[in-house]
Amino acid sequence: MEPILEVKDLTMDFGGLRALDHLDLEIDKGEIVALIGPNGAGKTTFFNCITGIYTPTEGDVVISPPGKKRERINGLKPNHVTKRGMARTFQNIRLFPSMTVLENVMIGRHCRTRSGIAGAVFRGPGTREEEQKVVDKSYEILEKMGLSRFVNELARNLAYGAQRRLEIARAMATEPFLILLDEPAAGMNPQETNELDQLILKIRDDEGISLLLIEHDMQLVMSLSDRIFVMDYGKKIAQGTPEEIKNNPVVIKAYLGEEIDA
Amino acid sequence: MKIQDIKESFFIAAWLILLTFPIMVIRVNPIEDVIEWRWWNLVLVGTGSFIFSFVWRYLMHRREAGEKRKDSGDAGDIPPSQRLLRNPRFYVPALIVLGIFVLAFPFLFSAYQVNIMTTALIYVVLGLGLNIVVGLAGLLDLGYVAFYAVGAYSYALLNHHYGLGFWTVLPIGAFMGAMFGVLLGFPVLRLRGDYLAIVTLGFGEIIRLVLENWNEFSFGPSGIANIPRPGFFGIDFSLEASTRYIYFLMIAMALFTIFVVNRLQNSRIGRAWIALREDEIACQAMGIDKTKTKLTAFALGATWAGMVGVIFAAKTTFINPASFTFLESAIILSIVVLGGMGSIIGVIIGALVLILLPEYLRAFSEYRMLLFGAIMVIMMVFRPQGIVSGVRRTYQFKGKGDKAVKTRETVTQPAPTADHS
Repeated sequence: MEPILEVKDLTMDFGGLRALDHLDLEIDKGEIVALIGPNGAGKTTFFNCITGIYTPTEGDVVISPPGKKRERINGLKPNHVTKRGMARTFQNIRLFPSMTVLENVMIGRHCRTRSGIAGAVFRGPGTREEEQKVVDKSYEILEKMGLSRFVNELARNLAYGAQRRLEIARAMATEPFLILLDEPAAGMNPQETNELDQLILKIRDDEGISLLLIEHDMQLVMSLSDRIFVMDYGKKIAQGTPEEIKNNPVVIKAYLGEEIDA
Repeated sequence: MKIQDIKESFFIAAWLILLTFPIMVIRVNPIEDVIEWRWWNLVLVGTGSFIFSFVWRYLMHRREAGEKRKDSGDAGDIPPSQRLLRNPRFYVPALIVLGIFVLAFPFLFSAYQVNIMTTALIYVVLGLGLNIVVGLAGLLDLGYVAFYAVGAYSYALLNHHYGLGFWTVLPIGAFMGAMFGVLLGFPVLRLRGDYLAIVTLGFGEIIRLVLENWNEFSFGPSGIANIPRPGFFGIDFSLEASTRYIYFLMIAMALFTIFVVNRLQNSRIGRAWIALREDEIACQAMGIDKTKTKLTAFALGATWAGMVGVIFAAKTTFINPASFTFLESAIILSIVVLGGMGSIIGVIIGALVLILLPEYLRAFSEYRMLLFGAIMVIMMVFRPQGIVSGVRRTYQFKGKGDKAVKTRETVTQPAPTADHS
């Protein structure tokens, strides 16, 4: 089986600074993969490169969505990447603060619906049906994410943990085959992190969506991930199962620094 | 209100008395060579500033209290004004009375009044059009009047050269507006905020300067005269009847605009506009085509200005570039901001207040701009969201969603743990 996401030789230069250096990564269907590394290692840049926010300098990003043909997607705009089935969340929450929770999720349905200006003005049966479906589907997702009692609340009034979950819900509404989570547990208390753990597993098991996450919470990373990629200074320094990574001297060095003999 | 406040207000009054003492109290009379001491002015300045400062303080306290309430999460309640607007027992009779008044208006009042009202309605439509661009899509457009000019000149020129009638040009004007909207939209696709404002400002000025200086095309500053009024199946109207006719035309136009804008803002496209306003990057990452969404906002906003421009030319029968200065753009923008960005009722009220008030306050014409400025400052301090706030609260779609949701709420799984704070 070929991987659903294949990144080869991905390089990103900002002027003279090489933020990503010939990075390789692949994700198989149904996998939860974590991307870890010290601050400034280039993890978020990697996300931005494969979701179209940046255009990588070199390399290939190839997706093979289940049931669809292989496609090289670097250089595509973010909305086209999302339409092809890769949705993401952001490190610093980027919800639509003065829209309601339901509307936030409905925005995720945008790329799966098609009614235009004429449809909006005349509101024919087709548009109304589509609109109803958008509402139903969005509500269904909110229920799954345990947010259904906040439907009509403004997104900015939600608690921090709920906002994080809403971002995931919004990403799910785009019907992705792969969700990229950028530090989903940042700022969460241990209980919330625990729930997030369950939630991510549920998304994978119930929806069959693969996940790639950047995370600093090692406990979460170790318990969730099937495989882990470790980055430092824009390079991949290690990859493997949680068990392998835990005992990898290179990783320990990157995180803790070298031991100096006196 | 505490003793502290009274003390501070007292101090401010004393300070102002001291400051204004030389000009307000002392007056030298050079003819009789005496100094007049106008103590009464001192009392007026003192009490006036004391009361003003006291009221200001009171309002500030109220605002802070309101913000605190919002922080603690009670803001979900609908404000009383909105509740009243939503209550059918209130708004049905109110709409009927308003409808009768609107229909009877031209027969009850003079042609002068009808003309003013027509102008106000023109600004209602302009405000609603700009509201799409500024209020919904969040693109600050300072050159909106350019599209208005495009519409007006479309009618004037097509009529002058080809003798096209009002009804033929009305859709052409709308189309021209939309075309120019797209034309402006393309170069500013990558711009945001201040930069966008500057470019749109420049665009507005370019259109005006072209019209002013390209004599062969637009007849320059002398403008175009004798533009025919709108016809009605070939019937010739008297001046008075024609004024009424345009008034009703504008009423129909305003209703049409309200209908379309209302439908748009509750649609898939309207949501995309709002998402674009809220967060451009997230909006794109959620699969919304930024280019398309921005261009439709510019084009649809400009369409209304184009159409109303045609009506404006037909109403005044004479146009020249002086009608399309930056001040007009600023007024239309003020209407949107003062009325409440993204709120249809707010924009209507804003237009009526900003256009009608100066007309009826002609007696105080010297102080007009002063009053205007003062109102703007006070509004921005105490009600930055405008007279009628928040598109979210008037979002009718939510109501429908509610129903779909409520029927299922009984089967909802156990509540999530995250507290709503």
